Amino acid sequence: MAFLEIDGLRKRFGQIEILKGIDVELEKGGFLVLVGPSGCGKSTLLNTIAGLETITSGEIRIDGRAVNDLHPSKRDIAMVFQSYALYPNMTVAGNISFGMEMRGVPADERQKAIDKVAKVLQIGHLLQRKPSQLSGGQRQRVAMGRALVRDPKLFLFDEPLSNLDAKLRVDMRIEIKRLHATTGTTIVYVTHDQIEAMTLATKIAVMRDGEVQQFGTPAEIYNNPSNLFVADFMGSPAMNLIPATVATSGNALSVVLQREAREPISLPMANAPAGLSAFQGKPIIFGVRPESLTDPEGAERNASNIATADLHIEVVEPAGSDTFAVTNLGGKGVVARLRADANIQPGTSTPLAFNLTKAVFFDPATENRIR
Amino acid sequence: MSTVATPARPTASRQASGGMNVKLVNRIVIYGLLALFALFYLMPLFVMLVTSFKTMDEIQNGNMLSLPKAPTFDPWLKAWGETCVGLTCAGIKGYFWNSIKMVVPAVIISTLLGALNGYVLTKWRFRGATLVFGLMLFACFIPFQSVLLPMATILGSVGRFGVTLQNSIGTSLGLGNSTVNLVFVHVVYGIGFTTLFFRNYYEAFPTELVKAAQVDGASFFQIFRRIMLPNSMPIFVVTVIYQFTNIWNDFLFASAYAGTGDSMPMTVALNNVVNTSTGVVEYNVNMAAAMIAALPTLLVYVLAGRYFVRGLMAGAVKG
Repeated sequence: MAFLEIDGLRKRFGQIEILKGIDVELEKGGFLVLVGPSGCGKSTLLNTIAGLETITSGEIRIDGRAVNDLHPSKRDIAMVFQSYALYPNMTVAGNISFGMEMRGVPADERQKAIDKVAKVLQIGHLLQRKPSQLSGGQRQRVAMGRALVRDPKLFLFDEPLSNLDAKLRVDMRIEIKRLHATTGTTIVYVTHDQIEAMTLATKIAVMRDGEVQQFGTPAEIYNNPSNLFVADFMGSPAMNLIPATVATSGNALSVVLQREAREPISLPMANAPAGLSAFQGKPIIFGVRPESLTDPEGAERNASNIATADLHIEVVEPAGSDTFAVTNLGGKGVVARLRADANIQPGTSTPLAFNLTKAVFFDPATENRIR
Repeated sequence: MSTVATPARPTASRQASGGMNVKLVNRIVIYGLLALFALFYLMPLFVMLVTSFKTMDEIQNGNMLSLPKAPTFDPWLKAWGETCVGLTCAGIKGYFWNSIKMVVPAVIISTLLGALNGYVLTKWRFRGATLVFGLMLFACFIPFQSVLLPMATILGSVGRFGVTLQNSIGTSLGLGNSTVNLVFVHVVYGIGFTTLFFRNYYEAFPTELVKAAQVDGASFFQIFRRIMLPNSMPIFVVTVIYQFTNIWNDFLFASAYAGTGDSMPMTVALNNVVNTSTGVVEYNVNMAAAMIAALPTLLVYVLAGRYFVRGLMAGAVKG
């Protein structure tokens, strides 16, 4: 039995259904990231787990105990808010110990707990300051301290890094990951940033319009997206989703991509998924990540199925660690990821290698994966 | 033709200096008018102040605007302790305390209720919260005069209930007492305004703080007392000044519900001081009494005034 279980959870505001039957579960010590565009219901889902929003139907269980009707303070959870939500009238120490004070913990025990948390987060020198005297990163730490001090069964993070600048965000991300590794707590984390999702999670739930689009490990989500939305949303730069058609040559399938002002490319599909044969002569969406479309020398050596084609390079973007080249296939801009020192010029034709082992296919009508 | 062809420069500089002159004249006119209006506005206060320090002789024989030749505190002392209000001649000090006894509870109660209302209307929204707020807002637009009679009826019933209590359990719990009546009237009338102030302030108050406190296990009133109130200083000052000034200066309710007897508030007493017709009209005493009546509101403004504008603006922008 999983540690956190959410069964058929629905939430309705008047006529509008915000959450349309969510089923998610998380093992003890796991790190679940709820990711999706704004308005997908991820924050509402987190609030229902916290008990800050009521649910219309379904059940939430934490450690085997149904918590549907429990007050937030009785659910044994702690929450870190996007705005940190530090009480402006209290010192850092007051903020951290407010929950204990409300539960009637004696003063000397509170002091011990504060000191312990302050040591873990290295905020000992800030304890007597007011939140207005802290920097963004320090506030973030205090907010985490307030959650840590409760030693709860479940941590809830609501976009905790979105108010920080880019560099600090990366630092705090690593810190959260380290915290998770050392304390072994169970965490549910909401973000709209797919990189945070990929780097932090043990499990990801990709959400859209109140539904879970795909639930799985980061690798599953990244390599085996179950539909067009997940494929497009996860990964940066995004997966290339190219309109294509399926053709047959003999009894082997191939995927035909239109090139600008030249004859189409035909990519032979040695290990095509079984479902693809039903699409012969029909349009599909051919998905390939930028790192699977690269210079032939940079292509993975142990990939079994590589096809090379000459492509017209429109734009070259050197990004330091990599070089991105933009070409045009099927009427869309397609990004290829090359080695940093790849010798490539815009306006020329260059052979690029497709790693077809990693290619995925989608039905344009249903947007679902063809398996 | 040569005049047309003259270089543009001198003309331009002449225009520029002309512009300077116009600017200067504008400034003079603006500040002159401001000074004039300020003088006009402050004139009554000045007359009151100088008159209150003069002897009756000087008032009768001298110029109204001239400064007192030999300033004396006697009129102030007389107004405070000796002057006649109606038939009793013990000064206005008793009525001054009457007003304090009435204003302080009325301001505290109406402000706290307004804060509570604002808290519920923004952070514990219920179905129909907007309608309730609309109706409370409506209370701000009811003219004083139109509630005089209905309120008198209600206070009458409350008073009779007080008498019943007095006869059965030995205490009326203050029901029927005219100071208590005035506190009640002002609280009821003030709730609309205080709710408006606090609702607009709390509308912009981060809801995440309330959620965090809920997760921390704070109850409804603990959140109110520990989180909301300590962070409401600006709007508190605004509300207190507004309510204090309104209730202290109120004459209509005071004269209608406590217009006679020992519990009449300052405003009514002041009216009676001026209207008491025994011999000479003691202008200096009247002026001193009026100054004393105006002092508390003045004091509240001086002590908290700088928050006043700031708080009003905060409420207005975020409302």
